[in-house]
Amino acid sequence: MKAAERQFTTISGVPIDPLYGPEHLQAIDWQHDIAAPGEFPYTRGIHRDMYRGKLWTMRQFSGFATPEETNRRYRYLLEQGQTGLSVAFDLPTLMGYDPDHPLSEGEVGKCGASVCSLEDMEILFREIPLGDVTVSMTINSPAAVLWAMYLAVAEQQGVDWARLSGTIQNDILKEYIAQKEYIFPPRPSMRLVTDTIEFGARHTPRFNPISISGYHIREAGSTAVQELAFTLRDGIEYVDWALERGLAIDEFAPRLSFFFNAHSDFFEEIAKYRAARKIWAYVMRDRYGAQSERSHKLRFHAQTAGCSLTWQQPYNNVVRTALQAMAAVLGGAQSLHTNSLDEAYALPSEHAVTIALRTQQVLAYETGVVDTPDPLGGSYFLESLTLESERAANEYIRRIDEMGGMIAAIEAGFPQREIAAASYRYQREVEAGERVIVGVNRFQSGGEPIELLLIDESAGRHQSEKLSHLRKRRSQARVDETLDALKRAAEGSANTMPFILDAVRAYATLGEICDALRTVFGTYQERTQL
Amino acid sequence: MIARALRDAGMEVIYTGLRQTPEMIVNAALQEDVQVIGLSILSGAHNAIVPRVLELLHENKMDDVKLIIGGIVPDEDAEELKKQGVAAVFQPGASLDSIVQFIRGAVAAQ
Repeated sequence: MKAAERQFTTISGVPIDPLYGPEHLQAIDWQHDIAAPGEFPYTRGIHRDMYRGKLWTMRQFSGFATPEETNRRYRYLLEQGQTGLSVAFDLPTLMGYDPDHPLSEGEVGKCGASVCSLEDMEILFREIPLGDVTVSMTINSPAAVLWAMYLAVAEQQGVDWARLSGTIQNDILKEYIAQKEYIFPPRPSMRLVTDTIEFGARHTPRFNPISISGYHIREAGSTAVQELAFTLRDGIEYVDWALERGLAIDEFAPRLSFFFNAHSDFFEEIAKYRAARKIWAYVMRDRYGAQSERSHKLRFHAQTAGCSLTWQQPYNNVVRTALQAMAAVLGGAQSLHTNSLDEAYALPSEHAVTIALRTQQVLAYETGVVDTPDPLGGSYFLESLTLESERAANEYIRRIDEMGGMIAAIEAGFPQREIAAASYRYQREVEAGERVIVGVNRFQSGGEPIELLLIDESAGRHQSEKLSHLRKRRSQARVDETLDALKRAAEGSANTMPFILDAVRAYATLGEICDALRTVFGTYQERTQL
Repeated sequence: MIARALRDAGMEVIYTGLRQTPEMIVNAALQEDVQVIGLSILSGAHNAIVPRVLELLHENKMDDVKLIIGGIVPDEDAEELKKQGVAAVFQPGASLDSIVQFIRGAVAAQ
């Protein structure tokens, strides 16, 4: 197809002009739309010096099998130069089930670390000083419980909660939209999230009680604009609930953090991050009247796109990840995870995750892209794409406002349908050969087998055995007492965090605590939409 | 996505949703009298879950129902699962068309 006939679009379908020049920027009001880095609306970055002052945190998402094995991997990664921890939990943990629950069969430790009690959390962070290392935990429905376990371990280590720095993902809205790891229905879940935001505002001023996420929405097949719009609109929903709780905007907004995908279309991704900062700054200042600069500044973690990595010719994935990581860095991420080449096969082997970490280190120390903030700022193409991303995202935000907010939109199936349509359209483009995936629909070649991390059923047996010993050692009476108190708190309007903490300290298990909450809140069944 | 593609290809699709147990799946298959069961397993739990599904199919005299798997399944595991009776394993990157063609072929051969 000749260049004149072929329609060039970003991976999300945004049309790209044959050439960008000064005329594309005529509509821009520099102070209003761009400004300097560290200056409202932070399009160019949230700090004046960005990586000249401090590099992004190199934070590899990690966890598998038992807490013992995961603790070893964390210490390895820290030794190799990683600068923050990020905990991956297995499916039973994510769904609030103990390893010996019938539904946990075959799943314990398979896609993350199995953690079901304070004892497991103690093991997970053995020899890791929580006052000195920042910890991010990817946990959603039972986030309050895992956070309580982490806080209890900090207590045991003698670390003041006011010093603790880290994040819990705790973004339940995107579960209904994309990842589907929900337990309770939306409103009780939002209550739990608000409890953690309120508790964090009072007790853990350096900890992010939420990481409002677009990563999973994108992995489910959304476009970049949908990822941007749905994430920020989720943010707006959380803000509304916190304000309804009685918190003042500047009390909690500085600790809202975000999590975006770093996908393959290089310029579209950089434009997305810049648009995100700009939109959020205006939302905070003009929609909510936030006064604090810290409320205006959108901070985000990025992860390179798992869904873009291929099973065919896995070494190509090292290249994909490097380019995606560069987009995240040129887009001003505060924290970054780079995927491993074996993404389509298994959890990262030690060899693969080392290459992924080295990718970030090469980027930071050898390429020079960190030497000045927003180095691509002023590019005709980038500034044009940034404006267009902002416009299109604001359009979605307005539509969701008109539907009555994000919960209403979810109940109507709106974001889910948008994602399903985008995902199907993309797959059709790939199968028609309109979108090339190297090694998959073009440039196929045979591959050598790669070494894989294998997780067998021994993790499940180990965890179940440990749990049965725990149940014998602890005071059942005390466990029952704390669970009853938690149920009463959940039935009322008290903040559930202190009650969850008490249960956790008594070595009540994750499954027991979640079951107590299930009896009060009920469980959620999605009406399946095709 | 798979359900949509199969439906577009003219097949009747019953999508049972997420977080199903082997018992729930086989039960739904029995009630709906299906010809093919498709399982998506992304978590790595296939070696524990799939044999259980095959066992239940056998117990319910449903050996003629074709079981196909899609997801994160390494080659060695895929070979083993096929030996146990799985009709096909679709690994990442498999096209929607290849799945449609396989099902058409498998059902026609019955």
